[in-house]
Amino acid sequence: MFYREAGQFKTTYQADQAVFPILQDRIGLAIILVSAFVLIPLAATDFFLTVIMIPFLILALASMGLNILTGYTGLLSLGTGGFMGVGAFACYKLTTIYPGVNIVIWILVSGFFSTALGILFGLPSLRIKGFYLTVATLASQFFLDWSFIRVQWLTNYNTSGAIEVPTRTLFSMPVTGPNATPQFRYLVILSIVTLLTWFASNLVHGRIGRMWMAVRDMDLAAELIGIPLYRTKLLAFAISSYYCGVAGALMVFFWYGSAEPGVFNIDQSFTILFMVIIGGLGSLTGSFFGAALIYGLPIVLKNVLHGVGINIVPATVEHITFMSVGALIVLVLIIEPLGLARLWQITKQKLRVWPFPY
Amino acid sequence: MKAPGGPEVAAGDVLLSVEDVSLAFGGVKAVNDVSFDIRKGEIRAIIGPNGAGKTSMLNIINGFYHPQQGRITFKGETRAKMRPHDAAAGGIARTFQNVALFRGMTSLDNIMAGRTLRMNKNLFWQLLRFGPAMKEEVEHRARVEEIIDFLKIQEIRRTPVGRLPYGLQKRVELGRALAMEPELLLLDEPMAGMNLEEKEDMSRFILDVNDHFGTTVALIEHDMGVVMDLSDRVVVLDHGVKIADGTPDQVKSNQAVIDAYLGVAH
Repeated sequence: MFYREAGQFKTTYQADQAVFPILQDRIGLAIILVSAFVLIPLAATDFFLTVIMIPFLILALASMGLNILTGYTGLLSLGTGGFMGVGAFACYKLTTIYPGVNIVIWILVSGFFSTALGILFGLPSLRIKGFYLTVATLASQFFLDWSFIRVQWLTNYNTSGAIEVPTRTLFSMPVTGPNATPQFRYLVILSIVTLLTWFASNLVHGRIGRMWMAVRDMDLAAELIGIPLYRTKLLAFAISSYYCGVAGALMVFFWYGSAEPGVFNIDQSFTILFMVIIGGLGSLTGSFFGAALIYGLPIVLKNVLHGVGINIVPATVEHITFMSVGALIVLVLIIEPLGLARLWQITKQKLRVWPFPY
Repeated sequence: MKAPGGPEVAAGDVLLSVEDVSLAFGGVKAVNDVSFDIRKGEIRAIIGPNGAGKTSMLNIINGFYHPQQGRITFKGETRAKMRPHDAAAGGIARTFQNVALFRGMTSLDNIMAGRTLRMNKNLFWQLLRFGPAMKEEVEHRARVEEIIDFLKIQEIRRTPVGRLPYGLQKRVELGRALAMEPELLLLDEPMAGMNLEEKEDMSRFILDVNDHFGTTVALIEHDMGVVMDLSDRVVVLDHGVKIADGTPDQVKSNQAVIDAYLGVAH
């Protein structure tokens, strides 16, 4: 009844081509943004910020990156973890070599190192398709993972093989390292994620997004209407890896604080892939849903079980999580292959006509 | 309407010609030493029994197959083979025998995708989606709306094409091809699987496209009634060989054509 676009007439194509043509959607977005930028930092506890919001935003950014490649362009990649690692290690090297430059700039720049490697490993995508391309990205994952462990130059010859995040400041307040407040870290991440989400949304709604989806849906026809397949695929690899790289850098510098080389292994790639599948292939909103569900589920499970008085060991929670995520993926693939994003769309469609059936 | 590249060809002159083109898949000769031309502004039909090499011929013209022999001259430029991108940039558009739409996208986005070649705002503006990028988007949207009006598919603008019935999908596919503002439109069985009414609609669209936009049309069709009514000239292929070429009346009375379709006593 309240969510209805009746009476909202568009008089220009510009209004009709808007990303959120419906007024209620724009109001909803404004509410989300205001609460994310103002209410949550004011009201939330440190625990909520560090354990829930920061990881959620970073994982959502990584899934958005993979979604551009897999959901929009139809190229299944298992190299996400590796590309995230490239961002993280690039950022670490940059900030230790040039400590004077602001860390936020290095985080945004380190994404370009992932882009370069993404393009390099995307080169086979013209010749090979489907599963074979997936195997090629798998090779990149193993190669990069191996480099993080073996190439000690990347960790500045740290004997433990891990990287320790140094303290860096923004507006003369510590933003990374042990002294940074969760509120400040959260706000910096939120700003970066919001900006990149806005960029991604602009891209997928315009010419480039249509080129990606055309390649995904019918590459032959796409080629015959003049879409250059190779460049379109490489662009998807480039932009997708950029998002993954920034997410990886944020992950180490703003969330973990230090990183063993092992965090960017194949498990990380799969986790992000599950987020994309459950959230919805080809939907940016879905990336946020997927990240929230996959990352939030174990936390909710643990707290709910504790809340009702069942004290189970963390290991069991982990097993339950693995099983439920596995079951969820199978269910989603069978019932709604387009994931939570599609369910959200259906809900909105139902809301528009509510209380009538159609 | 003007295609992006190449010199202008006056109406009635040869727009595209294929000379002595042969294409073989292993031992199977799909097209064998075929020559014909398509004149600017005409409706040219390519007919023949199943397996005659008609679709292979279209695939050669828009660069999807590369012939082993022969030359293709398009707008005065002769080459041994077309490349799909050159064909598209030169103004050759195409629809497919089995609808080849982008199934996950709406009708509007499908037709908008047809205008990709004419949109050129770079990544920077695409990231921002205002200023020049938005202006370009709106301009092309206006052109696409003209096509949507022309094909009378206003109410399915926002429907994902995967959910549309077959007849409408064919229409959206024609829309996507028209969005390229082609000089030469290749239609591969535009009326396959349609009922009489849909066939009449589609015939009218083809005639209108030819009439209003001056687009040259080359079509493959099995419905002889449609072919004879629509086309200015017909080329007949059988087993990869050209057996007749001429006006519908000439072709209809050609003994080789009658034999190919009805068979001969051995």
